[in-house]
Parts: sequence; structure tokens; C-alpha cells
Amino acid sequence: MSTEINKNISSKVLPSGEDLGGAKQEYNITVYTENQIGLLNRIAIIFTRRKINIDSLNTSPSEIESIHRFNIVINETEDVVRKLARQIEKQVEVLKVYYHTNADIIWQEMALYKVPADIIAEKASVERLLRENGARAVVIRKDYIVFETTGHREETDNLINVLQPFGLIEFVRSARIAIIKDSDGFNRKLREFEKREPGEDVIENEYLNQRDKVFTM
Amino acid sequence: MEVAQQDVLTAPEKQTVTELSGSVALLEALLVEGVDTIFGYPGGAIMPIYDALYDYKEKLNHILVRHEQGGIHAGQGYARSSGKVGVVFATSGPGATNLVTGLADAQIDSTPLVCITGQVFAHLLGTDAFQETDVINITTPVTKWNYQVTDANEIPEAIAKAFYIARTGRPGPVLIDITKNAQIQKFDFKGYTPCNHIRSYRPKPIVRAQFIEQAAQVINEAKKPFILWGQGVLLGSAEQEFKTFVEKSGIPAAWTILGAGAIPTDHPQNVGMLGMHGNYGPNVLTNECDVLIAIGMRFDDRVTGRLDKYAKQAKVIHLDIDPAEIDKNVQTHVAVWGDCKETLPMLTELVEAKQHTEWLAKFDEFTRQEEEAVINAELNPQTGEMTMGEVVEQLNHLTNGDAVIVTDVGQHQMVGCRYAKFNNTRSNITSGGLGTMGFALPAAIGAKFGAQDKTVVAIIGDGGFQMTLQELGTIMQSGVDVKILILNNRFLGMVRQWQELFNERRYSFVDIQSPDFVQVAKGYGIAGKCIKERDELQSSLKEMLDHKGSFLLEVFVTKENNVFPMVPQGCSVSEIRLK
Ligand SMILES: Cc1ncc(C[n+]2csc(CCOP(=O)(O)OP(=O)(O)O)c2C)c(N)n1
Repeated sequence: MSTEINKNISSKVLPSGEDLGGAKQEYNITVYTENQIGLLNRIAIIFTRRKINIDSLNTSPSEIESIHRFNIVINETEDVVRKLARQIEKQVEVLKVYYHTNADIIWQEMALYKVPADIIAEKASVERLLRENGARAVVIRKDYIVFETTGHREETDNLINVLQPFGLIEFVRSARIAIIKDSDGFNRKLREFEKREPGEDVIENEYLNQRDKVFTM
Repeated sequence: MEVAQQDVLTAPEKQTVTELSGSVALLEALLVEGVDTIFGYPGGAIMPIYDALYDYKEKLNHILVRHEQGGIHAGQGYARSSGKVGVVFATSGPGATNLVTGLADAQIDSTPLVCITGQVFAHLLGTDAFQETDVINITTPVTKWNYQVTDANEIPEAIAKAFYIARTGRPGPVLIDITKNAQIQKFDFKGYTPCNHIRSYRPKPIVRAQFIEQAAQVINEAKKPFILWGQGVLLGSAEQEFKTFVEKSGIPAAWTILGAGAIPTDHPQNVGMLGMHGNYGPNVLTNECDVLIAIGMRFDDRVTGRLDKYAKQAKVIHLDIDPAEIDKNVQTHVAVWGDCKETLPMLTELVEAKQHTEWLAKFDEFTRQEEEAVINAELNPQTGEMTMGEVVEQLNHLTNGDAVIVTDVGQHQMVGCRYAKFNNTRSNITSGGLGTMGFALPAAIGAKFGAQDKTVVAIIGDGGFQMTLQELGTIMQSGVDVKILILNNRFLGMVRQWQELFNERRYSFVDIQSPDFVQVAKGYGIAGKCIKERDELQSSLKEMLDHKGSFLLEVFVTKENNVFPMVPQGCSVSEIRLK
């Protein structure tokens, strides 16, 4: 696996040729980008234009200030995913794109569950719940408790099923984040890259709050 | 650096020589980028830029168009004929949305453009202010890059990036949306430096010698190799490199409509046009060659027909600057990523000098059949009415194949591309990928500004002409010399052809009426003539070409003529029909 941050897609990164039977499966697309307004839209429309649903999308700053990392999960054939990856990599502000099957990555999703404190305390053994589901209590208040679990979809789904009868008040799940098993020295390469070519600051619109003070025509 | 006149909208403040308004900085940037012509249309949100332009009249030739769509097509015509970046100005809201068709056209045909749109004041963004439109989001799918400027300090860098991105790698349209406050705002202008590097952007992939070696080996072992070339050859200014490759390898070569002219029509190895209305031989033999060498072309569906029956027997070698094109439509055997100006000489070096005489003769045999079945009747009709083909053929005689031919979209476009002679590169300008009716008239205006020493002839259908005929006003006012040849078949011909062939002649809304085009031209002070008889054809074409200034010639042609050969929808290229 090449981890070079450049836009010359090596055939290793985006394998061409072998056909995986054309069967659809989950693919994880990892995109390193500049931190730029509008880029999320530019990337998203590559999927919408082809009428492909994005199952999960996580975007956040990477460990390097000016570089963002997207994790995008879709259910598609490898052929489609490879073409999508090339279209994404073609965008001016995209540094690098990789794609992987679930077997090639270690992935996690985080879930939060808010449940009424009294029933839980009364009817379920909180301790057992936590232990059996690998959960953690994040907040314990008189009126409600918030639990957290992290794991694969089945794992976080499990606790919903358990808590539902006890009056689950609110549930939220994060997008998927993933670490690539075969990646080698990503962090080091990114840092070297940033040192060689520092990123630029994002310029936001600073005038939005001055509306009342300005008269224009 | 000169300072613009006091801007009325800003409070008077002390100016230093380096204090410029955003608008003046923009115009200074354009001058450094070598811009000489701008096509545009003013409005409230771009008024500061137009105000600054008033003082730059001598240096920047601004052509006032009649509609922003006309402006952007003119920019495209300019870019295509000159090889430079076309520049277009439009105001916010409706001005900007009128650019969308041209942006989509330029994006799919890889035309380098920098469009500058005015935008409402930054503090009004998102408030549904008068003439505010979300131009960035509307144009994202149809631009190579776009950016919104809300502060004058951003202007120099944004413009520098815009030009760099528009013209490098696979070229394309770029849009910069500048809020009105940023146009007015004075800032400390530190000079303009063109951009030549963006860290996340690699215009060209690195050329890998091993793939060139592999390609050369496959070519050297081939018995029936076949070259398909597209606009990439022109965009890379690699015409000479391409010719050398073709001549040394001795391989027959066919073109996509955007590739026309890279080598002359009469070149002995030029075997014709590919695709739906292309020539018989190159289409059929695509399914017989053993190696297909695609250069700077993108296997558009109008070229390939059914993909599952396309060149399955051949090993495909694809040379392209855009890695995303490789394997997009046709699976390649050897992919040669890179600028063909660099890769072609490397390949030529390794390719054995050969003459594929027998293989070339096969193309001749198909040409003979096509002549018999289609071409002779089209070019030398025995009927009373004129055909589109004979008009183009007469034009060839008079221009010697040296004119820039701009076509609109429809039957006349296919006939124009099939029968016009192209001796020179950048001489065929047409809307290939988007197929935009209304393209030709404004594009021809731009093409003339981009190639002022050339004769520019716009070949347009009666339908398409009516889509943007308001640009006759632009011709009138700018005095540009464009020859307008309307081939009037009193139908939306291409749609009618499909209805005839595939919808049992149910001619649903294709019977189009036209005004007296010569009278219309006259209203704009443009000379014109309308002819219906063959014996007037040659002299009238000559009159048009000899006329000083623009001239409109309307030729009545057969109503229900069809363009053949044709690869019907859903068929393979070898199923091309001669009638
Ligand atoms: C803007 C636009 N609208 C519709 C079409 C669909 N279309 C393609 S060819 C054609 C007919 C063109 O008729 P005309 O301009 O008279 O040219 P002809 O085919 O008769 O030469 C139409 C309607 C198009 N290509 N572009």
C-alpha cells in the first residue's frame, strides 16, 4: 500500500483489473482534502449525480490542521467504487483517495443512549447492562442516564434492543470512522507533507453580522 | 500601477499608490494573464468592475453581448480558436444563471474559461437579497473549480488560481464569484503573481516509461492497429507530435468530432470520422482491428455505440492526461497516463516504422462503398433541391479547407463535420459533448476574435439559429466579421430524422417556422441573401466570403434529408447503417 500523498494514483491504491464478480458490498472511501468551503458539496455531488446513496459520511480535521479526512461508506461494486474514487481524486482540492473493503479496515461507530434513570435503576441491573454490552455511563442524573457504546453496527444495535423496553428517550449514532490495516506511516507522511507545503487558512465571510450597519444599493 | 478613479460607494480615504479597489486589481490581474478580450454583460452586482473597466478600454477589449449565454459561448469560441483562456463577465442572479449552459458545455468539452460573476454584498449572502443566487452551488457540478471572494484581499490569488486551473491539465471552466463589497473595497495591492502550483492539484500524472514500453511492444506486434484521436491532441498542442507518430507507425487514424483538424482531412492516413454519424470504415473496422490506440479521447457513447460490443477483439491502449478517463468506459490493456505532448514522442521513439498498406486499403474499400451508397448522392444530388452536403462541399472549394468552421447542433452539424475540409488545427468548433443548440452564432463571434486572420463560417440550422439570434446585435455593434450560413430545412431536422427512422414518422413538434432571416439580419445592419436554386449556390457563397464584414446566407435545402451512415441507438459500431 502506497501512502504517498500525491495525486498520481498508483495502480496499487486503486487496483484496476481484477473483477470482484461485480457484487455489491460495503466499501470505505478515505479522502484526504484541503480544508475548503464547498468541498463537501463537490464530493457529495459525485455520488448524487450517479444516484448512489451514501450510507455513512464522516468528515473531520485530521491530525494536521489544514488537512481534512473524509470517511465515506457506500454499498457498491468495486468497479463503480474505483471510478468514483478517481472522480473524487480529480477534484482540485482533494489530496488523495483510497478505498477499502470492510476486511481491509478497522472501523468503529459510536452510539449514545438516553434512558429514564428510575426504570433502569428499578427494573434492569445497570451494572449487568453495561458489562454485557460493553457500554459506559457518560452521565448519571436523577432523571436520566446516558450510555455510550462504540463498535460495529450489530453491537450498537444490540443495546437499542435491550433499552427500548425501558423507555429509550433518545438515541444517536455517529458516522463510521476507520483505520486502514495496511497503512504504513500515514501520520509521518502527512506531517512531512504539511511541513514541505503548509496549508492555507480558510477565508470565511466576515461580513454577515454587519447587516444593520451597512446601507447598500 | 495606476489608481482608479475615486469609487463613489466608498468613503473617501487617503490613498497610497498601492491601494487599489478589488475591481482594479482584478483588471490588472487579467492584463498580467495576457487577456485581451472579454465577453460580458453588466448589471448592478458587477457595476464596480464595469466602472473600473471604463478606464481600461484601451487595453481590454470588452464585447457587449446580448445575453450571458451568448457571452459564454463567445468565450468558448475564443478559447477554442485561439488556444487561450476565454474570459466572461456577468452580473449576479439571472446574469450568472444564464451562464450555466455554457459552463456545462465548456466542462464536457474541456474548454478553458474564467468566468467572473458579480455577487450581492457579502453581508447579504443567504438573505434572498435582490438578485442573489447561490451561484457557487449552482455551478459546482459544471465547473472544474469555483470560488467565492468576499474580501478584496482575496482577489489576486483567486484569479491566479483560476487561470492556472482553467488552462492546465485537462482544461475546463472556472468561476469566480465576487461580492460587490470586495469589488469596491480598497486594499493594499502587493502586485499580481501568476500561479504555477497548488499543493492538492496535479495537472498531469507522472509519465511512466514502463507503460510506454508496453504500449510500443503491443503496437509493434499488431497486425491491424488503429488510432482514434480526440481533442486531447489539440488541447495539448501536440499536433506535430501526433503527426510524427502517425506517419512513422503507418497506422490508419480516425477522429472524434472534437479532434478534427489535428491532421488535415486529406492526410493519407486520415481514414475519417468516428461515431454515430461518422464514416463507414472507421466504425466497422473498430470491431476488426487487433490494437486500438486511443489518444486524447474519452470514448463518448456517441463514439462507441454499445459498449459490450465495442472492440472486444482489440487490445486497447489509452493515452490520456486525465486518470479518471482510463477504464471509465472502455477497459484498457495498457494505460498511458500523461500529457500526449510528452508521451507521444516517447512512444514514437519506440515504435517501428511501418506501412500498413493492406490494412489501410481495407478502409479505402469501405470508403468506396460509402461513396456509392451515401456520399455521391449527398454531394452531387440529381434532385432539384439542394442538400446540406453539397453546400458544404462548395464551401470547401471556395475556402480551400482553411476556414474556421463553427457548427451548431443537428443534422447540419453532422454534415458539416463529415464533409468540411479541415486543413488546420483549431478549425472545427462545435458543441460536442453537450450538443447545445444556439452555440454556433455566439461561438463564431468569439472564434473570430480568437483568430482574426481566419475566415470564420458559422453553419447553423434554422432551429438553432433562433435560439441565440439576438447575438446579431453583438455582431452589429462590434463590427466583427462572421459569415453565417443557415441551412434551412424548415424542420428541427435531427429530431425529425429520428422520428422518421424510429417513431414511424410521427413528426411531433419538429415543424418549425422561421422569420425572414435576411430581413432580420437587415434589421441589424447585416448584409444577407437567401437562395433556393442550385445555380445560385456557388456565386452566393463567394459573395458571402468576399463580402467585407458579416454576411448571412440562408440556403433552402431538402426538407426531409437524412444524415447517413448512422449507428442507431443501442447498436454496435459495426452495425452502422448506410441507409
Ligand atoms: C438547447 C437544445 N435543445 C434541444 C436540443 C435537441 N435537438 C438536437 S438536434 C435538434 C434539431 C435541430 O434543428 P435545426 O437547428 O433546424 O438543425 P437541423 O437538424 O435541421 O440541421 C434538436 C431540437 C438540443 N440539442 N439543444
